[in-house]
Amino acid sequence: MVQSLGYLKESASQTAGPYVHIGLTPNHAGIGGVYDTDLGATMVNDKTLGRRITITGRVLDGTGTPLKDALLEIWQADAAGLYNSPSELRGSADPNFTGWSRCATDGVTGEYRFDTIKPGRVPFRDGRPMAPHISVWIVARGINLGLNTRMYFADEEAANAEDPVLARIEHRVRVTTLIAAGEGDHYRFDIHLQGERETVFFDI
Amino acid sequence: MSDLPNRKPETGAFFARDRLWHPPGLTPGYKTSVLRSPQKALFSLDGTISEITGPVFGHSILGELDNDLIHNFAKPGESAIGERIIVHGRVLDERARPMPGALLEFWQANAGGRYRHKKESYLAPLDPNFGGCGRAITDADGHYAFRTVKPGPYPWPNGVNDWRPAHIHFSVFGHGFAQRLITQMYFEGDPMIWKCPIVQTIPDKAAVEQLVAALDWGNTIPMDARAYKFDIVLRGRRSTLFENRMEGN
Repeated sequence: MVQSLGYLKESASQTAGPYVHIGLTPNHAGIGGVYDTDLGATMVNDKTLGRRITITGRVLDGTGTPLKDALLEIWQADAAGLYNSPSELRGSADPNFTGWSRCATDGVTGEYRFDTIKPGRVPFRDGRPMAPHISVWIVARGINLGLNTRMYFADEEAANAEDPVLARIEHRVRVTTLIAAGEGDHYRFDIHLQGERETVFFDI
Repeated sequence: MSDLPNRKPETGAFFARDRLWHPPGLTPGYKTSVLRSPQKALFSLDGTISEITGPVFGHSILGELDNDLIHNFAKPGESAIGERIIVHGRVLDERARPMPGALLEFWQANAGGRYRHKKESYLAPLDPNFGGCGRAITDADGHYAFRTVKPGPYPWPNGVNDWRPAHIHFSVFGHGFAQRLITQMYFEGDPMIWKCPIVQTIPDKAAVEQLVAALDWGNTIPMDARAYKFDIVLRGRRSTLFENRMEGN
């Protein structure tokens, strides 16, 4: 026998279920008085540096029906391209920007909304700059393991063209599924879980 | 955001996820997965700084009763009805290293299997003293603990007569966004576990058994509450010793 590596197995994922809001956005779910505010309800304050933007969209199933019980989390760099994380060793991120937020899709319309700032560029593993992007994680009833994707910006055409991640997507028609339409302050990013317009999801 | 104990921040990329161990996207026995599962292959992306970093939360976000579901929604002097239990354990990574500063959020039905949610219509009554949510942050050794009542099994519209085993949902943050995990904890000895279409989305029996909390008689408090022990394992990180482009991480 060779030596054991001694590794453990990661705990297997299970669906977040239809009542994920009880645990992750209890005030939004009508369970008041336990937490002052829902975690991740805001990611900016008056002093946050950078250009304010709003992102809205829906998560659609294989029939095009919006999910009214999904929950999204986003993670992004600050305006200077630094992450508010202990693993960020390149410098100190904007202390007035958390970089992380969560939002449940609306129970009637299926819309989600994030008020944030446009992120700066951060380097790929080999040092080349990636285009500005926001990491997105989606959980819901019927999703057994959270889905990871990225949102890029339609008005960053030059940066997107040299982005090392987008460049590796073989089927070029699918790159557009990662690019949020809109310019200025409002971007629209619909996520298609399945079918012809299926969003590119990542194994990260 | 962080008040982690002193330890050099880890910046290695994560071990690749074993997707034969996790449930696949499409699991037709769990009907909702049929239209909510991607049909195209996932695009593999070894950790860039966008994946290996992640939010870390300080203990300052916690309220005094955040890890006491028996009391955090109850009227003064009252408490939730049900089997009083303590759930505790450690958060480790795949290298068996304890994960300090990991935020856990949990949610569950009450003792009768009823969730406090506007879309829930099960005829079992709400408990006026039970909300069903809590959270905790692991200590320097990766430990967490909370008090609650044992949730009841719960019928759901999947098959004609499907019931969920007693379970508590867990959401876990490690130190990187790629470690983000939601799972469910089940209870030792529950015969419902092996009938459940959601449990059955997991292909490997050993992976299911890892989600079953053991009755922890040693930590049971006499005349008060029984204890269950539930350890959670998050993805391990590669050592940075051999990463040849440290500055690009």
